This record gives sequence, C-alpha cells and structure tokens, in this order.
Amino acid sequence: MFKLILRRLALGVLTLVMVTIIVFVGVEALPGDACTAYLGRDTALETKLAKCRDDFGLNQPAHERFFVWAGGALQGDLGISTRRNKPISDLVQIRLRNTLLLGAAASAVGIPIAILLGVIAALTRDRAADLWISTSAIFAMTLPEFISATLLILFFSVWLGWLPGIVITRPDAPVFEFLQDIILPIIALAFVMTAHILRMVRTCVIDVMASDYVQMAILKGVPYWQVVFRHVLPNALLPTINLVALTLAWLLGGTVVIEVVFNYPGLGRLMLDSVSDRDLALVQAIALILAVLYVGLNLVADLLSLVANPRLRTMKV
Amino acid sequence: MAVANPANEAPGNRALRVGAVIREMARRPSGLVGLAIVGGHVLLAVISPWIVPYDYTTQDSRLVLASPSPEHWLGGDHLGRDVLTRTMLGGRQALVISGLGTLIAVLWGGSLGLVLGLIGGKVDDVVMRVVDAFMAIPWILFLLLIIAVLGTADAVLIPTLAFFYGISVIRISRAATHDVTARDFITAARARGERMWTIVWREILPNVRDVMLVDGAMRWSWMILAFSSLSFLGFGITPPTADWGLMIANGRSYMAVAPWAVLAPIIALSSMIIGVNLSADALAKTLGIDRAQKAPV
Repeated sequence: MFKLILRRLALGVLTLVMVTIIVFVGVEALPGDACTAYLGRDTALETKLAKCRDDFGLNQPAHERFFVWAGGALQGDLGISTRRNKPISDLVQIRLRNTLLLGAAASAVGIPIAILLGVIAALTRDRAADLWISTSAIFAMTLPEFISATLLILFFSVWLGWLPGIVITRPDAPVFEFLQDIILPIIALAFVMTAHILRMVRTCVIDVMASDYVQMAILKGVPYWQVVFRHVLPNALLPTINLVALTLAWLLGGTVVIEVVFNYPGLGRLMLDSVSDRDLALVQAIALILAVLYVGLNLVADLLSLVANPRLRTMKV
Repeated sequence: MAVANPANEAPGNRALRVGAVIREMARRPSGLVGLAIVGGHVLLAVISPWIVPYDYTTQDSRLVLASPSPEHWLGGDHLGRDVLTRTMLGGRQALVISGLGTLIAVLWGGSLGLVLGLIGGKVDDVVMRVVDAFMAIPWILFLLLIIAVLGTADAVLIPTLAFFYGISVIRISRAATHDVTARDFITAARARGERMWTIVWREILPNVRDVMLVDGAMRWSWMILAFSSLSFLGFGITPPTADWGLMIANGRSYMAVAPWAVLAPIIALSSMIIGVNLSADALAKTLGIDRAQKAPV
C-alpha cells in the first residue's frame, strides 16, 4: 500500500517535470523574448536590447535558464513579469483565488445535483425521468461554454435584468463582494460540470445494479431502498471519484472561456491577456499553476480511491 | 452490447457495411435526427455560396442592428451586414477545419496507440508519460501558445487541432488494442504462426476500428467546440470571414438591441454540435460500444 502511494506520487512528479519542460520549450519557440516584448518599439536600439537581455539573464543557454526558472518555481518564486513590471507571484495570487472560488462554488452546487440526478436517471433507466435527464445532459455537455454563458446573460441580465451580466468588482475585492456577480458564472460552469458527472454516475449505478450481488440481494427480498443505499450507492459512487477529478481538471480549460464572457478577473483571463501581449514569463507561470492543479486533482482522486477501495491496493498500478 | 450488429453480418463488403451501419443508425429516432442535422449542415456548407441572398461583406448603414424584415429575414449586425447571409456561410470553416483535423487526429493517434499497445515495454512507458504530461496542460493554453507563435491560418489551425486531439486518441486506441490482444483468437493466430503484419491487419484492426470510429465522431464534436471557442476568443478566423464563434463574440455587445444577430449563429452552431453528438451516440449504439463510459479526455 505504502509502496503504491509512493509510486503514484513519483508518477505525479514525473508528469509535472514533463509539463514544465513542454511549457518551457513551447514558450521558447515564441518569436522574440521577454526583452523584445518589454522594450516594444525601442527594440531598434541594439545596445538597450543587449543590456536588457543581460539584466534578465537571457544570454544564458536555454537549459541553464530552464533550471534557474524551475528552481525558482520550486521555491515559490515565479520570476518577474517584464511587461507588467511586477513579481508574478503577486499578479497570480489573487487571480488564482478568484478562479478557485469560482471552481469551488460551481463544484459545491454542481456535484451534489449531478449525483442526485445521475442516481435518479439510473434507477428509472429508460423511463421518462431518465430520458429527460439524460437528454438534457447531452445538450448541456455539448453546448460550448460561451454559448450557454451568452444565453444566460441574454435571459437573466439583458431581458429580465435580475443579475449583472459582467463582473465589475475589483479583482482583489474580498470574497463576499463577488457573491452577486458570481451567480451567473457559477451557473454556467456548474451546468457543464453537472452534465458530465451525472452521465458517469448513471453508468456506474446501472453497472452495479446489474451485478450479481445486487441481484442476489433483491432475490433474497431485501427492501429496494435498502439495496440502493447499502449495496448499490457505496459501490457505484467510488469509481466516480476518479472521473469527477478528471472532469474537474478538464473543465479548467472551460473556465477560461467563462471568465472571458463574464469579464471575471480569474487566472484564465490573465492567461489569455498574457498570451496576447506576449508576457512570456507570465504564460509559463500560469501554465505551470494550471498543470499543478490538474496533476494534484488526479493524485488526490487516485489516493482517495486507493484508500476507499481495498481491492485496488493489491492491483498493479 | 447491441443485439443487432450489422457490422458482423456483412463481412468483406465495405460499401454494404457502411450502408448497413447508416441505415441501422437512422432506425433510432435520435440517430435519424442527428444524421439529418449533420447532412443538412454539410449540404448548406457546400451550396451556401450560391444561394445566399446578399454579399457577406457588404455594409449597409441602413441595416446597422436592423430588426428582421421581409428583405432581411434575420436583420443586420453591428456593421450593417445581412445576418442570414453570414449565418448560412458561418459554418463552412468550422466544418472543414474540424473535419480534416479529426481525420488526421484519429489516423495518427490511432496508429501510434495501436503500435504502443502491441509492443508495450519501455517505449510504451515513456510515450505514455509524455501523453500524460500533454494532457495535464489545459487544451486552451496549448492551442493559444501555438497560435501565438504561428498565427491563425488554416494551415496552422488544422495540424494544431489534429496534433492535440490526436494525443488523447492514443490512449483510447492503445486501450482498445490491449483489450483485443488479450483475447484467444490472437493467441490462436500467434500459435498458427501468422506474421505480425497479418495479425495487425486481419485480427486487431477490424476490432479496434469500431472504437476508433465512435471516438472520432465524438472528437469531431469537441473539435468543433474548440474551434468555435477559439474563434469566439478572437484567436481563430480572421474577420471579415463569416464564422459563428466570431459572430457571437461581435454580436454580444449589442445583445440588448439586436438579439437576433447573436441568436442566429448560436442556434446554427448548437444544432450542428448536437447533430454530430446525436449521430455519434447512434453510431456507438449501432456498433455496440458504450459511449457513456468514456471520460471526456
């Protein structure tokens, strides 16, 4: 068991190392460097450019810079944004908080609803309730986030005037000031999330319902709801832990779009801005943070299911 | 598992098999609707340049944010262009780019996954770690990085989408290959002394192919989604080309005055994605592959 966990941790770290390399190489491939971006039209002045490159250590070979950057990142120092003239950690911190707030709120709303609807759909398999739930789920998960978000704004903000359509709160405002602004973005994100998760829950519950031990329990005359709560749900919901984590991680991409639509001051919008104005150091840092989140979520999910499911402990990973 | 599996009823005759699969898909109401929508969109994309009522770039000051009228059924956008014309043309880029992208993605990811599934060992381990690492990067960041370097020409968008989406295909195809190689008929073929190539071509490929088809259909809808999201964010198609994602992005600011300029492309794009998904679902059921099990990664 201990060895398994260690192995899983090592794999996670390995993935992170690979991600840092991919991101670093990707950003290296961008034409121009931090100094050409920083100096803008002043680039013509060769001496200035050379001095700037000297100051930021851009003359060192790529692999040396990689180790400097990665070493700094390990200690929480993500470097300095040349474009914005600020330490990246300061820039990123508050945005990360906002994105996590959005994600956590959407999960808090979405996951319970998804599990409830998924179980209902599975138990009423192929009957009216299931068809309604499953069909709406397909619609919800296939619509691009920017469409559902735009429609939400059109209905609730433009036509009904109930909620603000865009966020105008300062990025560093305290959490409670976001509460009203954040309702529509939460709905937009929870919408997609719920659809993905409920489909997985439905499949898992249906699988377990069809298993021999559940059939046995039903034949023995165990009351239906007791079968559902004692035998089916614990076994069906375990495998979904993993899938939920994967979905959450995958939806990190979707939050970027939702943040843009609602003008929400999160990490995703910062990333988009930094790509368009070529703030390379910032792009690298954000990519790294998102990758850490992704790998971390997966790791937690794996460890949780390892703890919760004794059968996995003896399996080869 | 689907009971009726026409795939196995007509071996050897490729044309017959494709026809049989499509007929079986159309037998489900949702499959019929899906196929009809996709067919309609493809037809529209092909013939729209000849049937649009107006030119898609002409700006008419009287038409700026105009309401729908008998001459302009869907009104005008913020630059005074005919919305109906632009909506009819707006899916062509998305269809061509995502279609080609999916084809390339399934081909390269599928073959690499198959090879990895067969050879296993150290190479397999190393490549799968790289795959894991790529999948830990949010798709949008990856696409934006490449687009920032190379621009947004079709010649960039197609390979980029194909490359990124092909990476997740590797996993699917590798897993499908593993499923097949563990079965008895492979052992039997090995025992018969068949050559590797024959085993791949005759025994493994036919069994992996169905999984790849269903995966490709789903990936197509995700690629349309990714492409239009990029367009929406301003990293896809360059104006003034008509594109749904771009139209939605532009029309959003004028939603209160001219909701039709946003709703028209929204309905067009949603119907296309839903159509592709319904078809993919029907294809999965027809071929007897459980689609709901697949995580969206």
